[in-house]
Amino acid sequence: MAELLAKTACEGLLPLQIAGLTLHEAKPVTMTTIAAYTGQAAALDKALKAAHGLGLPTVNGSSAASDARAIWFGRDMALLLGPEPDAGLAQYAALTDQSQGWAMMELVGDGATDVLARLCPVDLRLSQFAVGATVRTEARHMMASVTRVGEDAFMITVFRSMARTLLHDLKTAMEAWAARG
Amino acid sequence: MRITCPHCGERDRREFYYKGAALDRPAEDAEPEAWHAYVNLRENPAGPLAELWYHEMGCGSWLTVMRNTATHEILDVRLASDAEPGAASGGKP
Repeated sequence: MAELLAKTACEGLLPLQIAGLTLHEAKPVTMTTIAAYTGQAAALDKALKAAHGLGLPTVNGSSAASDARAIWFGRDMALLLGPEPDAGLAQYAALTDQSQGWAMMELVGDGATDVLARLCPVDLRLSQFAVGATVRTEARHMMASVTRVGEDAFMITVFRSMARTLLHDLKTAMEAWAARG
Repeated sequence: MRITCPHCGERDRREFYYKGAALDRPAEDAEPEAWHAYVNLRENPAGPLAELWYHEMGCGSWLTVMRNTATHEILDVRLASDAEPGAASGGKP
């Protein structure tokens, strides 16, 4: 019988270091999309706080607790990162397991904003995009989710099947940025 | 060209997918002529036109966008799910 091995999206491809910038794969965690049923957003927010210690993120925002993070992931939808979702949430929202379905990379370093400016048509400067802010946008031609997780750190997420493409585009942008000196 | 999504804010045109004129769907038992017009007939104005755009790379909402086809000026954007019947008259044949 075939032996199945768990393999993360960027295994063997990352980390990558270019001119003070680091690109590494985010720690693999349980990922669940939470889509509130009509009119249940307030109740869901309460249930999330009780179960995981974080509220339902507002549009273009995220919320965090010690071992969990929730990011806004589209219209009436949030992505819970970290814990297995509490079963009680299911009465307010549709819960869908996304674990291993998305490639999550973290770009860290002074200049990360400039690198992403080459890929995403949104203003990701700290003055406009504070720590904890998130967007669903385009990274080159891919549907992506970009979250600022620190003053000079971003988490970039695309469908797992696009991991190598995003990696290629990020690497090219990092090299081009570094070449400017 | 930039479109202000009611959820996400002002975004570049390349985040959106274009569907076409926003039309009011005829009733199920409407005359064949009404369905013929809905499926096949389009105004082609040089001026404001109500259109459907999909925020594909963003929040995933369908938007009713009033766009001036001559200047690409965006005059109004609202969620297609909030549209009142008849609101799409700008694109009606």
